[in-house]
Amino acid sequence: MSEAALSKPTERPPLRVRLALRDIDGVTLLVVPAVVFVLLLFIYPFAYGLVLSFLPKKGGWLANYAKFFSDPFLYDTIWSTFRLAIPATLINVLVSVPIALRVRHMRHRRVLTTLLVVPITLGTVLIAQGLLIYLGPQGWFNRVLAVVGIGHVRLVHNYTGVMLSLIMSGFPFTFLLTLSYLTGIDPSLEQAAATLGAKARARFVHILLPLLAQGLAINMCLSFVQTFSVFPSAVLLGAPAGETRVISIAAYQAAYEQYDYSMASAVAMIMGFCQLGVVILILAGRNFLYRGSAAGGKG
Amino acid sequence: MQDDKPAGERLWATVVWALVIFFVVNVIATIAAVGVDSFGTRWFNSWLPAGFTTRWYKAAWDEFQLHDVLIVTFEVVGAVVLLSGLLGVPAAYALARRNFPGKQLMILLFLLPMMIPPITFGIPLATVLYQAHLGGNMSGVILANLVPTVPFVVLVMIPFIEQIDPRIEAAARVFGAGTGRLFVHVLVPMLTPGILAALLLVLVRTIAMFELTFFTAGPDSQTLVVTLYYAVGAAGVRSNQSIDAMAVIYMLTTLVWLLIALRFVDPTQIVTRVKKEAV
Repeated sequence: MSEAALSKPTERPPLRVRLALRDIDGVTLLVVPAVVFVLLLFIYPFAYGLVLSFLPKKGGWLANYAKFFSDPFLYDTIWSTFRLAIPATLINVLVSVPIALRVRHMRHRRVLTTLLVVPITLGTVLIAQGLLIYLGPQGWFNRVLAVVGIGHVRLVHNYTGVMLSLIMSGFPFTFLLTLSYLTGIDPSLEQAAATLGAKARARFVHILLPLLAQGLAINMCLSFVQTFSVFPSAVLLGAPAGETRVISIAAYQAAYEQYDYSMASAVAMIMGFCQLGVVILILAGRNFLYRGSAAGGKG
Repeated sequence: MQDDKPAGERLWATVVWALVIFFVVNVIATIAAVGVDSFGTRWFNSWLPAGFTTRWYKAAWDEFQLHDVLIVTFEVVGAVVLLSGLLGVPAAYALARRNFPGKQLMILLFLLPMMIPPITFGIPLATVLYQAHLGGNMSGVILANLVPTVPFVVLVMIPFIEQIDPRIEAAARVFGAGTGRLFVHVLVPMLTPGILAALLLVLVRTIAMFELTFFTAGPDSQTLVVTLYYAVGAAGVRSNQSIDAMAVIYMLTTLVWLLIALRFVDPTQIVTRVKKEAV
């Protein structure tokens, strides 16, 4: 706009032309409804929730946050969420790499990927109901364990149940993402290394891993954020009053059992900040670790 | 399998395949357990139920008022699919064809609702909707479900539109077509596979979208997945088999659409769109 203001008004082309030069015309306006929608129903509620969290029912503007961090029944939820989210993320992402390395050369890859889309599609509620029966005391899993001679193991209504459901519904997602990153790497790079005599392990460490680092970091962020907001399976498969009382349960109870929307917003904001903090840590760690080699690999 | 591979590498390959098979077997068994239980008469202390019956389906249909729930589900899903297409496709067209200042910011704006999980923004969103007297009814459920789906359609459609040769649109404009006619007669027919893929995925995601519906639904605007959640949460009140019968009905409504969707999209596409924009 500043350059337009500098020229004399008489030499100015009409506004339409000036806007068109910046690629703003009738077609550009088609983006407006969707943008307004997202602003109204995503950005505005977020901002509203942030403001609302500083307007507690009683006490000063920080009363909600003070209450959260002084009540162990509330602040312990952060720990119990991290305790589920970090192992689940690490397992899902780390196990997906060796499997994706094998599967990318598989002939009927589509059969496997289709099978893995099924748990993503069914969603956590159905997986929870399935696991309640399958892993339950009389379920097939415990029957197989009894036949093998391991005996009965308690797998539902505790930490293990939630963890298994996080893996079952989360792993397919991380795996498909890793697989798509891996198939996006030019195979000739690896062939060149093989021609020069690099063994499988060396090819992985020096070629694939640096090129994958970017993708794995994003994959880890997405996976962490998903597992950190676990809700239905923590209630149905876990011990929602005990060891799997995760932060989303605290937010839900504040909103729908105590009708304290201000407190609920504060808990939601704390949940958001935890997620943001870990995402920043992961992305910073990636830059710190792989800056040099990723640039070298792309050349 | 070549014989010259070292033993260590072959052992590693075996371990990896064993893991894959173990995972897939457990997923299938988890889903099958629901199906078998829904047809069983009594199932204690044995590998399979004592006998088989279909009466739980009738029981579930009456107990959970599935007739009404299914109608609500399809109304919500239909509205979400239609509106996210109407809002998303034109926006994707503008983003694919124009390079205006602030475009990157807009793409970020569309990326955020897809990356931030619904639980985190669901409670503030529900609060705002309740204050606008849109919570607890169908319009609130539809609006909340549109939040992740509109950006999804936008981001999925951009590459589809970029593939179309802009000279075709230029030719249509030369012959005097306005933007509206361009859409109806040129773009929509050419984009049909892309639109179909995007909207089918929206459909599948909306049927399975638990959190946003759960936060905004009232007693008569619950979708199938929320009804299922309440039934599982209150196990013991209803017989487990009729809950499973409802779960099977839920599975069928989801998987039928998934199978149709998979005819148009590669499974990896369902998760990779996010990544392409994020890099």
